[in-house]
Amino acid sequence: MTAAQSYLEQSSPPGRTGWKAWLLTHDHKRLGLMYLWAILFWFVLAVILGLLMRTELMGMGRTIMGPEAYNSMFTLHGVIMIFLFGIPAIPSIFGNFFLPIQLGADDVFFPRLNLLSWYLFMFGGGFAVFSLFSGDGFPDTGWTFYVPFSISSAGNVSLTVTAAFILGMSSMLTGLNFVTTFHRMRDKAMGPMQIPLFTWSLYATAWVQILATPVIAITFVLVVLERFLSIGLFEPDKGGDPLLYQHLFWMYSHPAVYIIILPAMGVISEIIPAFSRKSIFGYKAIVYSSLAIAIAGSLVWAHHMYSSGMSDVSVFVFSLLTFLVAVPSAVKVFSWVSTMYKGSIAMSPPFFLSLCFIYLFTVGGLTGLVLGAAGTDIHVHDTHFVVAHFHFVMLGGTGFAFFAALHYWWPKMFGVMYRNRPAYVGAVAAAVGFVFHFVPMLILGMQGMPRRYYDYLPQYETGNFLAGFGAYLLVFGLLLMLLNLVFSLRNPRTAPANPWGGTTLEWSIPSPPPVENFTDSPNIKDFPYDFSEIVSNSNK
Amino acid sequence: MESIEEHRHIMGYGQLAVILALLLALTGVTVAVSYIHLGFFNVPLALTIASLKAALVLLFFMHLRFEGPVIRYSFITTVLFLAIMIGFTFWDVAFR
Repeated sequence: MTAAQSYLEQSSPPGRTGWKAWLLTHDHKRLGLMYLWAILFWFVLAVILGLLMRTELMGMGRTIMGPEAYNSMFTLHGVIMIFLFGIPAIPSIFGNFFLPIQLGADDVFFPRLNLLSWYLFMFGGGFAVFSLFSGDGFPDTGWTFYVPFSISSAGNVSLTVTAAFILGMSSMLTGLNFVTTFHRMRDKAMGPMQIPLFTWSLYATAWVQILATPVIAITFVLVVLERFLSIGLFEPDKGGDPLLYQHLFWMYSHPAVYIIILPAMGVISEIIPAFSRKSIFGYKAIVYSSLAIAIAGSLVWAHHMYSSGMSDVSVFVFSLLTFLVAVPSAVKVFSWVSTMYKGSIAMSPPFFLSLCFIYLFTVGGLTGLVLGAAGTDIHVHDTHFVVAHFHFVMLGGTGFAFFAALHYWWPKMFGVMYRNRPAYVGAVAAAVGFVFHFVPMLILGMQGMPRRYYDYLPQYETGNFLAGFGAYLLVFGLLLMLLNLVFSLRNPRTAPANPWGGTTLEWSIPSPPPVENFTDSPNIKDFPYDFSEIVSNSNK
Repeated sequence: MESIEEHRHIMGYGQLAVILALLLALTGVTVAVSYIHLGFFNVPLALTIASLKAALVLLFFMHLRFEGPVIRYSFITTVLFLAIMIGFTFWDVAFR
């Protein structure tokens, strides 16, 4: 294998050079990289917005921005983090890159559709930016676009929800591609119980993307129609029902949380056995729990609406269903911890980040039970407690898993190794900063500090001040990890094909992979996490 | 893993015309029964005819009848999902 044969040097379709080789590519790996750079841009932007908000909250009263700017900040932070980072990050970057390889395929089933998905993603992102600078001000509704405010707001809500609509289309097409690839492109020798867990998690996620996204798309169309035509679907004085909007919104947006977290769980299921040198504990349990989370997670949307005025029967049923989701989630955590038990642990940045994930995600899950129970939820509803819980799951969970995936697969994607020390320093700073940022917010929420307020009562000042310091440490850690990775491209140290001792198919091909992924037929193992060969080689 | 073999299942113009005629006939039936006063049953009857028409389109025009189990189960999953979404919402609306 020579460098000239890698996907970075050879275009697909062949013969294209320069920008055409990228912007017209059909290669799932190049598209993965194109998503990577676009998503990192949005991530850094949203992190900066979040830091500005946190800075504003460090002192009482107006410090660096007024209430209108603060409203726009949390709307933009939420929209970008959910629609332009959280939902696409792991499926679009690592799913695109590794799902076909883990299945022994040479590409996704619809390569051109894959390219269209990327263009829709870029177009949707551009549309979101455009919506900021048109109309009578920045959107200020929060990422939930709740009616009736989103119908009457002077901000350009119509364009913002149209951007979300386009981004949803991109996400749905990616899901469609993954489901089809999973069924149609899998190597003939690979049975269902020989598929790597990351790919299984993407498959479960893809179904949620396909089934739930149309609901939010139609809902956003209805919001636009309401704004322009005043049909009255959601307005009580015209016979409409504002709770209908909330139902429709959360029918997608709660499953969206599982679109965000399920691939992250798949990443962790890859990393933990690789660095424990031990077969994953409970492979089938993890597969079925992924599917169970996808199904059960789609049935719990109204737990966001306990205090909205919906029926008590609904509150009871959705609270019960919410508790069911905890079971498959706990199965996964139990399996990861059991995998490490009596394993031959080799510490590395991706493994360390995975440990952070397990800790932070578990705290996020347990605080979720507080919110899932209707009685306690009403006490902390719309407080900082909810914000902290959400960030424990989304940033502590998916965010750390995203960085773990970056550090795990970076050598495979680019063929270079990064420096470990800055990665460790960044990961520790991010983890410690995270805890110091969001634990005070949990306490503030329990004390009654409402969310989405740019000012607060004096008793909340100490907690907000401390949380601000944690935020700065967190951002320092995140940026250090990113810079360390980017600098590894400038002074490259060549990565071997299998630097970590992984057992799934991507570690059997060169780093970076050739354009067709496999030059020979892939060797499909009876079990994808069989470490007997790796362990016997390391003992020699 | 499912077979990747390409199945050709092009229907003849005659068969397609029969389905089209059935669809048009059912449209006529829908219009006709709307003039008959059946009380509560007017809506369920109209929905039944509409479902029958949708089934014909799915089975023949969209080739669901000729597809393998993966496509069929995928379709059934989407219908179930929609039914659950609508059904669960009624826990709120019906008991509010």
